[in-house]
Amino acid sequence: MQSLKLSEAHKFEEIEHTADWSYRVWGENLTELFLQAAAGLYRLAGILLTCEPRITRDIELKAIDSESLLIAWLNELLYLHESERLGFDQLEILHLDETTLHARVTGAPTQEWLKDIKAVTYHNLTIRETQSGLEVTLVLDV
Amino acid sequence: MKIDKQDFRRLNNYLWEIPTSFHPDMNVPVWIFADEELLEDALGDLSIVQAVNVACLPGLVGHVAVMPDVHQGYGMPIGGVMASRLPDGVISPGAVGYDINCGVRVLASQIEYRSAIPYLSDLASTLYRNCPSGVGRGGSIPLSAEEFERVCRQGARWSLERGYATEEDLARTEEFGCLEGADLTKVSQRAKQRAKDQLGTLGAGNHFLEVDVVEEVVDPEVAAVMGIQEGCLVVQIHCGSRGFGHQICTDYVQDFQWAVINYGIKLPDRELVCAPLNSPEGEAYLAAMKAAANYAFANRQALAYHARQSFKEVFGSQVEEPLRQVYDIAHNMGKIETHRIEGEEVPVCVHRKGATRAFGPGSEGLPPDYRPLGQPVLVPGSMGTESWILLGTEANEELSFGSSCHGAGRVMSRRQAKRTIKGDRLRTELEKEGISVRAGSMPGLAEEAPQAYKDVSRVVETVSKAGIASKVARLRPVAVIKG
Repeated sequence: MQSLKLSEAHKFEEIEHTADWSYRVWGENLTELFLQAAAGLYRLAGILLTCEPRITRDIELKAIDSESLLIAWLNELLYLHESERLGFDQLEILHLDETTLHARVTGAPTQEWLKDIKAVTYHNLTIRETQSGLEVTLVLDV
Repeated sequence: MKIDKQDFRRLNNYLWEIPTSFHPDMNVPVWIFADEELLEDALGDLSIVQAVNVACLPGLVGHVAVMPDVHQGYGMPIGGVMASRLPDGVISPGAVGYDINCGVRVLASQIEYRSAIPYLSDLASTLYRNCPSGVGRGGSIPLSAEEFERVCRQGARWSLERGYATEEDLARTEEFGCLEGADLTKVSQRAKQRAKDQLGTLGAGNHFLEVDVVEEVVDPEVAAVMGIQEGCLVVQIHCGSRGFGHQICTDYVQDFQWAVINYGIKLPDRELVCAPLNSPEGEAYLAAMKAAANYAFANRQALAYHARQSFKEVFGSQVEEPLRQVYDIAHNMGKIETHRIEGEEVPVCVHRKGATRAFGPGSEGLPPDYRPLGQPVLVPGSMGTESWILLGTEANEELSFGSSCHGAGRVMSRRQAKRTIKGDRLRTELEKEGISVRAGSMPGLAEEAPQAYKDVSRVVETVSKAGIASKVARLRPVAVIKG
């Protein structure tokens, strides 16, 4: 199990893209990569949560491989905002392998969500190994 | 993959080709409509690489057409057109885009700009109030489950029954405002959930509602048929299927990751996942896409209704004729159409992403008043600059599968725009130029600054010189409403 508070996340950076948004994420392992990618998404969206009520959700996903699972995870977070106006500032991954994810996320209704993100895309998606772990570049349709 | 200017074959002053010999995986060539400067712009980002990737998809016919307003997207470039043969060519959700049937509608008035100047600020505020925009703003037309289903099946026909549209609105809408064959059983519960309270909303990003003045009429005869008068106000509405379309695309891009393995399709980019048109997966996506397309037609129709109400509120009895629809076109869509390819009439699925249909004179699918002329093509520029109304030509049939450009096209990244342009200062500058601006988000406004876009007049010049569409009228913005 590995967890991350939104306020402590810093392993991502926005990169230039003519029309849409793109950001690079890195982590020591796949779990950290998933956590930082989610935090990066929220940071780019510019979310601000209300104080109460605190809400916890379990997210269980299956996909064809780890790249596909990453996209499903991020799109799930977008969906929870679109459908229920929820954002999460405490992210916990209970189980993660190449094709399944079980996460527990805690947060609250969003007070602000500045940037409309239509979807997280598969564009040129590859999780790469680096000297210090893993990295991936994500393109968002905005 | 690296592409240089030397890799192109110049077919004429406004058309360049990358032949299939450029890359062993290419099935068809890529044709780029551009002058030299626009071509160099396009080489400045990944647009052309993305177009070459598209040319590698199986079952394509003719060529991949790239419009002069092209810019880098994800998967297919924005400004790309591809056609796949029926029945076993592919359909690709990513090559249609997340905002299914994102498009533009133009309404024309007989109100003279000069006499309207004192009312423009009030008009901008009224439009901003009546047309919900921005992230998470709820819709203006709540729908029961049963009515939602009808919207998805009938599109603007539902709007007509509910009193939000006129017969003429439908006649002057691509596909008459309804794609037959939408099937809600192919749409996830999540997509339906997202659609529930978003009908009649603009959304955010580059979507807008704009009031313009007709600054110049180039083709008076055609403009008269369209109802466009020099010196009068027109309204442009740019939006799509909102969260409904986004979710349908997200779902199918995810599902199709399996489909490409099942059908043994090799891809240069996973965003281009696709399935044969006659496979269960391909048929399901097309039926779901049509539901989103119909929802988008009804959405723009609802906003047109609000725009008309707003004009009435502001101008009262001065409005003798209501805002009359010029046309409504999609620029993110997959359509089954018949095109002439190498001399033969071939049924194909045309994918247009950031490109519009632009049928020439005589085409079926146009209402009687437009059939002898051709289809109006609506080309919004960036706010603060100009927009154009064009007319589809007969020649574009063999050049671009009856398609044209959709806008100015970006040249500057959103990040750079935000860094170099301040939203509030931009608003002041626009107001100084006589453009009333109502925007929910100042950073959002900055991202859409005119400097971030190509020069739309250059794009339009290229399109007209290339023979894809001809000029009818030029518009200048006087009020901009954004999320």
